[in-house]
Amino acid sequence: MTDTRYLAPNTLDEAIGAFAAAGSTARILAGGTDLLVQMRSGAVKPGLIVDIKKISEMTTIEETADGGFRVGAAVPGAVLAEHGRFGKVWPGVLEAVNLIGSMQVQGRASAGGNLCNSSPAADSVPALIAAGAIVTIQGPNGRREMPVEKVPAGPGRTNLKTGEILVSFTLPPRSPGSGDAYLRMIPRTEMDIAVVGCGVSLTLKDGVCTAARVGLGAVAPTVLLVEAAAKALIGSKLGDAALNAAASACSAACRPIDDKRGTIAYRTRIAGVLLKRAATIAAQRAGGS
Amino acid sequence: MAKLHVSTTINGEPAEFLCEPNDTMLDALRGPLGLTGSKEGCASGDCGACSITLDDRLVCSCLMLAAEAEGRELRTIEGMAHGEKLHPLQRQFLEMAALQCGICTSGMLIASEALLKKNPQPSEEEVRFWLAGNLCRCTGYDKIVRAVLETAAEMREQGIKMREQGIKESWQ
Repeated sequence: MTDTRYLAPNTLDEAIGAFAAAGSTARILAGGTDLLVQMRSGAVKPGLIVDIKKISEMTTIEETADGGFRVGAAVPGAVLAEHGRFGKVWPGVLEAVNLIGSMQVQGRASAGGNLCNSSPAADSVPALIAAGAIVTIQGPNGRREMPVEKVPAGPGRTNLKTGEILVSFTLPPRSPGSGDAYLRMIPRTEMDIAVVGCGVSLTLKDGVCTAARVGLGAVAPTVLLVEAAAKALIGSKLGDAALNAAASACSAACRPIDDKRGTIAYRTRIAGVLLKRAATIAAQRAGGS
Repeated sequence: MAKLHVSTTINGEPAEFLCEPNDTMLDALRGPLGLTGSKEGCASGDCGACSITLDDRLVCSCLMLAAEAEGRELRTIEGMAHGEKLHPLQRQFLEMAALQCGICTSGMLIASEALLKKNPQPSEEEVRFWLAGNLCRCTGYDKIVRAVLETAAEMREQGIKMREQGIKESWQ
């Protein structure tokens, strides 16, 4: 016998009502690729599981009137990959989301789940931070918005309040000459957890970087927005001096742990290496050299 | 607490079962439904031995709640052959010795079928990436990858022949 209840409401209001009423043992089920593993290991025993996949706002991808995207928090990676335009506009975000697990996991796992699981090594999060994505959160007291980088509070913890559900991501419209990229360091080619992950989004005008954002994963208790690295890129032509300065800013932002995946020294150094490579790819995609 | 009653479709046939709210789809398949072709390797989504499709999407049945099957369409390894007639992937796996102990095989077949539906002409690299979520500890993967590529070639050839004869493209 079990004390777990399962609900699959059709509306967000219904989901929030049940989720808020059930208190701290309630869990949201999107793709389940983290939740079911946690249940299986005994780490989590939910009193209530709220399956949010029947709520259309959470499972659809829309292009917004201003040319941005609104991606439901429960959209699986495989569905995002099949969207006609998303990957053309945000190739870095898409490659980051698609690095999460196997094809089987891609059939279920979502960026919303990846963010709310709040692993410092979550692959989609540095790219979403670089993209300047904003999340819409709804709870018993209504809706609010938050930049992606404000969602994680620490490993396994978020800044969502009791009863709040992450509904969707809004990605801003793209200026001409923009590109993004995500790279992670893992010791093999597939199916691994980032030792370091780096997302870069930038805009070039006449070869000069006019806007940039950098997200860095697996080097601190939460995924970081590295403003100093972006500052080093903006105004430059992404030459060696600017890339080296941005790489140093990334390394300086690192507060990593030593573990079996990588040492503090290694992660700190690799953060800078990945910044340079990701910025170079983002610039190529932006149409620069 | 009362068990949940779930109505679903498995391999094209309506199916009903009872489950606990925290049972996985793999628990339901191997338990009340008696479909033991899907295997439990890791129960954490790493090995792919429990692969099925959910509304034509490849998933691990160990990472899905049984309750989520309500109103959906599932396909398992039991629906792959038509009576005695094996799917070309199954036949090639046998002919090319792409299995030894067999634990990973049903997951390999389901995942490979999903690949060939999406991409009838995969490169070796695409096959290897697609099957990265299916672990095999016997074969070293080479025979599996070769069997998938061989099947893809055979099915393409078959498809061309059938189209020339005006027959609906299908191996059945």
